[in-house]
Amino acid sequence: MTDLARIRNFAIVAHIDHGKSTLADRLIERCGALDPREMTSQVLDSMDIERERGITIKAQTVRLVYEARDGETYVLNLVDTPGHVDFSYEVSRSLRACEGAILLVDATQGVEAQTLANAYQAIDADLEILPVLNKIDLPAADPERVRRQIEDIIGLDAEDALLISAKTGEGVDALLEAIVRRLPPPRGEAEAPLRALVVDSWYDPYVGVVTLVRVKDGTLRRGQRIRFMGTGAVYTVDRVGVFTPKPREVTDLGPGEIGFLTAGIKEIAHARVGDTVTDDRRPAPEPLPGFQPSHPVVFCGIFPVDTKDYDQLRESLAKLRLNDASFVYEPETSAALGLGFRCGFLGLLHLEIVQERLEREFGLDLVITAPSVVYRVHLTDGTVRELHNPADYPDPTRIVKIEEPYIRATILVPERYLGAVLELCEQRRGEQVELTWVGSRAMVVYLLPLNEVVYDFYDRLKSVSRGYASFDYQMEGYRESDLVKLRILVNGEPVESLSMIVHRRMAEQRGRAMCEKLKELIPRQLFEVRIQAAIGSRIVASERVRALRKDVTAKCYGGDVTRKRKLLERQKEGKKRMRQVGKVEIPQEAFLAALKVG
Amino acid sequence: MTTTAPATAAAACEAAALEGGFALYVHWPFCLHRCPYCDFNSHVRPRLPQEDFRRALLAELDRAGAETAGRTLDAVYFGGGTPSLMEPATVAAVLARTARWWRLPAEAEITLEANPTSAEAARFRDFRAAGVGRLSLGVQALDEAGLRLLGRRHTAAEALAALERAAAIFPRWSCDLITARPGQTEAGWRRELLRVAPLLGDHLSVYELTIEPGTPFHRLHREGRLVLPDEERRLRLAAVTAEVLGGLGFAPYEVSNWARPGGASRHNLVYWRSGDWVGLGPGAHGRLTLGGRRIATVRIRRPEAWLRAVAVRGSGEESREALTPREILLEGLLMGLRLAEGVSLARLERLAGLPVAAVVDTAALEGLVAAGDLVREGERLRATARGRARLDAVLAALLR
Repeated sequence: MTDLARIRNFAIVAHIDHGKSTLADRLIERCGALDPREMTSQVLDSMDIERERGITIKAQTVRLVYEARDGETYVLNLVDTPGHVDFSYEVSRSLRACEGAILLVDATQGVEAQTLANAYQAIDADLEILPVLNKIDLPAADPERVRRQIEDIIGLDAEDALLISAKTGEGVDALLEAIVRRLPPPRGEAEAPLRALVVDSWYDPYVGVVTLVRVKDGTLRRGQRIRFMGTGAVYTVDRVGVFTPKPREVTDLGPGEIGFLTAGIKEIAHARVGDTVTDDRRPAPEPLPGFQPSHPVVFCGIFPVDTKDYDQLRESLAKLRLNDASFVYEPETSAALGLGFRCGFLGLLHLEIVQERLEREFGLDLVITAPSVVYRVHLTDGTVRELHNPADYPDPTRIVKIEEPYIRATILVPERYLGAVLELCEQRRGEQVELTWVGSRAMVVYLLPLNEVVYDFYDRLKSVSRGYASFDYQMEGYRESDLVKLRILVNGEPVESLSMIVHRRMAEQRGRAMCEKLKELIPRQLFEVRIQAAIGSRIVASERVRALRKDVTAKCYGGDVTRKRKLLERQKEGKKRMRQVGKVEIPQEAFLAALKVG
Repeated sequence: MTTTAPATAAAACEAAALEGGFALYVHWPFCLHRCPYCDFNSHVRPRLPQEDFRRALLAELDRAGAETAGRTLDAVYFGGGTPSLMEPATVAAVLARTARWWRLPAEAEITLEANPTSAEAARFRDFRAAGVGRLSLGVQALDEAGLRLLGRRHTAAEALAALERAAAIFPRWSCDLITARPGQTEAGWRRELLRVAPLLGDHLSVYELTIEPGTPFHRLHREGRLVLPDEERRLRLAAVTAEVLGGLGFAPYEVSNWARPGGASRHNLVYWRSGDWVGLGPGAHGRLTLGGRRIATVRIRRPEAWLRAVAVRGSGEESREALTPREILLEGLLMGLRLAEGVSLARLERLAGLPVAAVVDTAALEGLVAAGDLVREGERLRATARGRARLDAVLAALLR
């Protein structure tokens, strides 16, 4: 157990690419936590995908031992946090384990949208914030300007902001001293009944569920009978340890300490994030204030390309869910795509990461349908139904009103691209809340329907601003909207898996785009194929695929028979992957392309 | 003779095959140069191994003859490559050797493919003397721009002269034309057809230009430097073909083939009717129905490798596989529906020993009949002119 005064728990919050992982590596190296030969770049990003994409998905912690200039030895617990907007919920729960935060800003780039969002989260969590300017070794660094930005935009005193280069190591020693001197130690009662906050938990195939906790009061020991106060589950602790960043067992964890426990827990639901662990024999009277579990906001269908892979997909989703409680799924049947699942995610990046893991780790070939959001439908019988699949859209005569989720988007953009960004936001039914200037950049705040954001907003924003705009958002609750179900008909037959819920104003445009896309994708048949987009019975767009009238008539003699037969057999194989809509055969590739993300 | 059930089935199967006819195909794999659209098994060599080829073809013939001895040949076809580069003596030797194994009646059709250059036309009389009764001339186009585009080494005038000469020497003659060429107009195509009309024999093949993998045209096409006519243009060109040839008394008896009454190619009918044929020479395919099994044979493609194999083991056969009943039905339908006469389903079923319903989607068949692509006449199924124009798509829909 470590003396409270010798502990500092802190996180690093930053915009993506501002050098958070590099700084973490440098701190680990300075404190000698790993041998030089064990230092691979970006130690904390443990998953392949995290390392490749340079992003952090799951919170990681590392316990560092630092000998300060005052001659004392301190335990520094660094809690790494995800940098992407989709995972802001994970940021907030990581911050709950800390007393301080390093606000890391790239001295060449300045304050960006995620800098703001994360800084506000740290302020909300009552953390002491240490502004740090990174990349001062670069010629383009302008610490003075960035210091002013921190003061003007975020409202933090940046007078004593530290100047460092995580890459070269310059200023890192001073930063370690500042962590010890300027961040407060944790508080807690060693003699009080055990109260430890579950910060994260994940499934490990060898030891079962591993639970990351922050002890507030009391002591957590091996052999102790513990109780999860929320679920009531009781277990005997078989291992207590810390990450250095390698897992290392310790005998106990005292107040202010961060570490892990294992207790032969088989179900991750028993070790819920935000729950409080207490001693079963001497329980605390009150749990710690928990936090709300995250809610999926973006939904899409995931189907196996080959129907034979359905069972494997189901097992793979179950395995993923063990480590990612924020991801939800339920079975779905599509006339076009067969058996699959409707899946919910925290955002588009989360969706992409899950897709990539399914394809890479489990070797599955997948069809991902266009993402949609959760609508609230108020029905004439007074009930409210959550709708995340256009197929479940109720009979319009029973609908009183529909609400859709909105976000509050913060965008920082250089002046020359402001016009284009405003135009994009207006096109996407945005409502301007704020427009202020930060030096030569504008900060615009918009209320935007989430539905308009999941539909290629990131890509468009990047393209209209040549990559210079930065973007972050928070959920902003539900608002009533004039939403309709846009159906796609092929020769009069509705194709349920292509239907979508859109704002009435966008319906015609979306319908036309879909019809045009399908016209390119549906091969010519022996008869004319009519593709229509409709709201109710009103056709808003239509296209035709003309009937095939003539093949190329070529020779076919004795030497051609085998080749021709094999060609036909291959076509028949291909036909099995065709989806039948009425008489029309549509290749699965066409659905895939029509439904695909972006 | 005691007959067991399997022997009866085997006999029925063989009889069904022979109702489709029996023919001999001889492949000559050399050309003076390669045309940029052609993907046939043809090779350019500085010196042609005439002697070796004659010996090897005769050796293969003996091997194939031994297993089909006693049958009657309906046709013999010398194809290529450019078989008019063969020495007429080789043609004569092959025809003479057939007598060792088969009956070759006087009315059997004996065809040789030829290029219409003047050098080759000079040998027509020798081929006639060797026993060739029908000449198939690779005319391809009758305007200079078309011939240049196709990389042909003869002029339109040479082609017409060669046809005239063929008409004087051979009882029957045919020619090949390639249509739907890049930039081809209906008026131009009509002029070509009318130019050749007075010199036509009883048969004419009209192919649309196809782009085959591995050919120079394939690369040009991929790079967008060779643009084929669209469907609308091809339909209009086909209408010109039908109008002109129809006016000359030709009927489209097969997807790409036209004949005056009695002028259909008996050799090629063996293919389309799923008869049996022996394929000799490099890369040649064959179909032989023996002991109740229908066997597909393929010979080694490279001339040198084929020659070596024949020298070592008496045959250049590369593979010999029994077709499954399903495969027999598929081949029977895909070939038979090319013919205006259609296909006898009852005969196909005897050949395959399996009901046609095993490969045909009955609902799709009804749909195609209703749409006017197919017609059922008793136990025969045939594609209408409309269905034959888009037969690939019709087959894809019909088969399951």
